[in-house]
Amino acid sequence: MFGFRKKSPAAAASDSDQTRARLDHGLKRTREGVFSQLRSLFGGDQQLDPGILDDFEDHLLTADLGIRVTTEIMDDIRARVRKKAITTPDQLMDELQAALIRILEPVCVPLEIPENSRPFLIMMIGVNGVGKTTTIGKLARLFMQQGASVMLAAGDTFRAAAIEQLQVWGERNQVPVISQVSGSDSAAVIYDALQSARARGTDILIADTAGRLHTRHNLMQELQKVMRVVDKFDSGLPRETLLVLDATTGQNALVQAQEFHQVVGITGIVLTKLDGTARGGIVFALARELGIPIRFIGVGEQLDDLRPFDAEAFVGALLMERS
Amino acid sequence: MFDQLSSRFAGVVKKLRGQARLTEENIAESMREVRMALLEADVALPVVKDFIAAVKERALGQDVSSSLNPGQMVIKIVNEELVRLMGSESSGLDLSTQPPAVVLMAGLQGAGKTTTVAKLARTLKEQSHKKVMVVSCDVYRPAAIEQLRTLAGRVGVEYFPSAADQDPVAIAGAALAQARKQFIDVLLVDTAGRLHIDNTMMDEIRRLHSSLQPVETLFIIDSMMGQDAVNAARAFNEALDLTGVILTKVDGDARGGAALSVRHVIGKPIKYLGTGEKETELSVFHPDRVASRILGMGDVLSLIEEVEQKTDREKAEKFAKKLKRGKGFNLADFREQLQQMRSMGGLGGLMDKLPGMGNMPQAAMQQVNDKQFMRLEAIIDSMTPQERVNPGIINGSRKKRIANGSGTQIQDVNRLLKQFNQMQKMMKKMSKKGGMAKMMRGMGGRLPPGMGF
Repeated sequence: MFGFRKKSPAAAASDSDQTRARLDHGLKRTREGVFSQLRSLFGGDQQLDPGILDDFEDHLLTADLGIRVTTEIMDDIRARVRKKAITTPDQLMDELQAALIRILEPVCVPLEIPENSRPFLIMMIGVNGVGKTTTIGKLARLFMQQGASVMLAAGDTFRAAAIEQLQVWGERNQVPVISQVSGSDSAAVIYDALQSARARGTDILIADTAGRLHTRHNLMQELQKVMRVVDKFDSGLPRETLLVLDATTGQNALVQAQEFHQVVGITGIVLTKLDGTARGGIVFALARELGIPIRFIGVGEQLDDLRPFDAEAFVGALLMERS
Repeated sequence: MFDQLSSRFAGVVKKLRGQARLTEENIAESMREVRMALLEADVALPVVKDFIAAVKERALGQDVSSSLNPGQMVIKIVNEELVRLMGSESSGLDLSTQPPAVVLMAGLQGAGKTTTVAKLARTLKEQSHKKVMVVSCDVYRPAAIEQLRTLAGRVGVEYFPSAADQDPVAIAGAALAQARKQFIDVLLVDTAGRLHIDNTMMDEIRRLHSSLQPVETLFIIDSMMGQDAVNAARAFNEALDLTGVILTKVDGDARGGAALSVRHVIGKPIKYLGTGEKETELSVFHPDRVASRILGMGDVLSLIEEVEQKTDREKAEKFAKKLKRGKGFNLADFREQLQQMRSMGGLGGLMDKLPGMGNMPQAAMQQVNDKQFMRLEAIIDSMTPQERVNPGIINGSRKKRIANGSGTQIQDVNRLLKQFNQMQKMMKKMSKKGGMAKMMRGMGGRLPPGMGF
């Protein structure tokens, strides 16, 4: 039962150094923000008394881990402290690391794009201001580096200048952008783009949509319509519906994910703005409550600051190894 | 927005209601509930601790012989502390300076700065009759400038053109000079979203701030933000000496923690709430109202204000007269009622603001289906004007036509007509002498004070 404790830091270390360095950099704030405080709490040969464990719990909550996950981890750790299975701060940190990795491992499933799908459709959905369009720019770059041909569909026909914003990303990556005028039907734009992508034999079509709050019934139905229209084009079309979530969002991210999942069925999650927040804890709550694969994380503003999600690297960077 | 908090507090209050007196023990238990509720709602931990400590101290020190029972006393204290936490007064923008008054907007990426600039510009123009100019200093995000230009055109305010290859400080300086020349009252300056830990970008906005000397520096923050909200707010406040906060995307959030903590940590008032995607959806922040809403006491004041704002007074008076005469309530009137209700956010929106709704089970809330009302409207829409005034003429073949036209079944049309008949009967009763009073008695005074007609 304790085997993974030894395994995890080693596994994390075996990750490509480059990814690691980026994550290290992007998540530095997280580490400095919370977990180093945690570590200082247990410095020296302090007794692990219940008061300290309460502080521990507070800190996990402060990291946006959410009540369910925090309680679960803490109950487990409290039980072990009672049984004297954990007696030192070092052991406690190891336990924490193991528990966190255990939660994230099931959702650490990379996005795989089947061969010859032509096009593989990636739908980008989410609430306003989470970074959908920016993420599209980064995704396009990522896929092009892998040698795929990419096309973008300007499905956000609502927000002022959203189409222009996507067009700029298209120019930067030199990929075609299919668009209509502002205010036109989002589903129609995406249908057009699908036809065009199929005709040109494009590998991947990434479709933007307008940001919408999950509480707006009509807008959620509009999204459903877009999905119906995609089915009309080709009901067997291989696709990924990516929910973009802002990592600075608190517990509400869960509600967002649940609502969107219920309405259109999410197949993956992108977490953006992980470079800015001092806490990445919502990842854990998401994994525990929904179990939807987390595909990518955004760790910076540069075009290549979008990384495949890696549970061990993530937790490792979060907690920092003791050496 | 504050639904989750409301329901949590409702539970706390219920628990205490049965208690004969406040003891250290039962206070501790309910404070644990309050603590979890606040944390779950993304209120920052230090703020939660302050809050709990303040409430506890006051609750224990209270004289128990007062006329309130223990449960009521705790609610009262929690309420007062919440109001205190949110800031005790609502304040608009203070633009008293030699024009042009400069308002600088700052915030993280995706908080809603540009949209808020447009909303604010509209409010200042339409409600305060100011001459407003907007300018974008966001040279980083693609098409950000284009976005503001479009929005400025939509709300009809002056727009100062800028380009992505310019320096933000230079843009702002030029805009200010131009605003002076055009005798502009208020210059709203949009900026790029930036991380509070990005030193280069924070430097830039600091330079903007010192060159513009704005009378108002507003921090725009997404109400869905988690624990990090306080860090961001604190950093922006230290860099810019903020004068206020605007909370956005309030229509989507179920919790409201960020509002509480930001207010508490930086000590600057929350001035406006962004409540939707349209340019009109900006409302003044009322701390006391929000606090009582958190406590499940509803937001009756906002409701009344909204009803006053959105109902057409003339139409309402005409309708009241019609009612008094006791006849002539027809389907066209009914449709008008339905439309007015929808313009106030539908029945769901209204229920949300009523007291005690935090206790209602979710299933019951779902029964209140705005869709049904839309269907009723559609059916009435499919009738001829003659049919609306005189529903008696609707025979079998007319029903069939109406059902087809509105995409409903004949049964639906029948149901509507039956409901309408009942309503008409009720109206007749009401219009008789003393009828209204009788009906109100029947309702057992369930309406809160101040809600009577």
